Amino acid sequence: MELKGKIRNFIEENMTIYDDEAVFADDDNIFELGFVDSMFALKLVTFIEREFAIQVANDDLVLDNFSTVDNITNFINSKVA
Amino acid sequence: MGGNKKLKEIKCVVWDLDNTLWDGVLLESEKVTLKPAVIEIIKTLDSRGILHSIASKNNHEDAMRKIEEYGLAEYFLYPEINWNAKSSSLANIKENLNIGMDTILFIDDQAFEREEVSSVHEDITVWDAVNYQELLTHSRLNPKYITQDSQRRRSMYLEDLQRKVEEKSYEGPKEEFLATLEMKFIISEAQEEDLQRAEELTVRTNQLNATGRTFSYDELNTFRQSDRYKLLVCELTDKYGSYGKIGLALYEIFDDHWHLHLLLMSCRVMSRGVGTVVMTHLLQEAKTANVRFFADFVPTDRNRMMYITYKFANFKEVDTREDGSILMENDLSVIQPFPKYIDIKIISAEKDERIKVS
Repeated sequence: MELKGKIRNFIEENMTIYDDEAVFADDDNIFELGFVDSMFALKLVTFIEREFAIQVANDDLVLDNFSTVDNITNFINSKVA
Repeated sequence: MGGNKKLKEIKCVVWDLDNTLWDGVLLESEKVTLKPAVIEIIKTLDSRGILHSIASKNNHEDAMRKIEEYGLAEYFLYPEINWNAKSSSLANIKENLNIGMDTILFIDDQAFEREEVSSVHEDITVWDAVNYQELLTHSRLNPKYITQDSQRRRSMYLEDLQRKVEEKSYEGPKEEFLATLEMKFIISEAQEEDLQRAEELTVRTNQLNATGRTFSYDELNTFRQSDRYKLLVCELTDKYGSYGKIGLALYEIFDDHWHLHLLLMSCRVMSRGVGTVVMTHLLQEAKTANVRFFADFVPTDRNRMMYITYKFANFKEVDTREDGSILMENDLSVIQPFPKYIDIKIISAEKDERIKVS
């Protein structure tokens, strides 16, 4: 749970869309909601690398790994395991 | 470590003050005198689109008052006048201007300061103040073209400062702030008058640059007139003014696919959330034209952000060539929408028929 909370916080703080009513579920695709620009993408990858001390290799940079809170969580778990 | 890499054009000259910009030491006496011709040098470089800043160990207020007396205050962006190590002052200037250390020239009369800066920033260029008169003639301070964008560069940075101040004081959510800027993103086919700026962009842009390929004016002009290529330029404006021509895309047209050779965005607009706008446009057009979409990517130590942009735009690696360049394809199944806070204008023009005749 704590992992998800951290990811969620990061997305909420950094996404370019912001609307009090724009809530997103853990399985909502944040890219399709138009949350993401180049800056956000880089920040997200850098955040994951620093916060969880993992290396995101080029092969890991697949949309699916980062498209939802759930997928990001699974990706991090697969890396630290 | 790329030892034979060509030295980049200088984008900013960072001046020491005492015995560099002026003769004398301000702390010891108010009666310092500007070095001969220094005002002319600063103004001339400024008109070439080269920025100026200051790294000086002095009392900030006293030094700025002196600079204002000389009528030079508006020429220096993000001056660092304090008692910190100059290497950290230069790091701040680099950060604020968002340019590479390898495009900064630091000029100081003291060998100690020059060495301290070089020891921390190995890519920076340092000059002894005795050589300041050569600033005007040195090849790295003589850009090949002086475009409208380069002449306006300093005022564009000043407009940016104003935006930053307003952004900081804005209490609401970020998207709302971006919406208050009334941004317009204009994509058009390159005209002849765009080519100098287009060439300049290929030379100056490092971070948001997919292939790092540079093209000469003549090459770009050939692409522009050819039916096999499309050369697009992007301009961004907002309520404070124009950011100028800040993006470029070049793709080749085949019967069943398009091939993107070049895509770049100026670092100046990075924080404006416009990095993916032109990509969205290209993918939408390809989908409408019902063609496959390929793109080249050449990884460098500076352009990881662009790599991530491509991968997050759903490009997949198809092939890695021997020279390290990567061929990618986008299956056009997922296309990010345009950001809501930007007004997108697409101007398509017929290629100039007159030129083809000659």
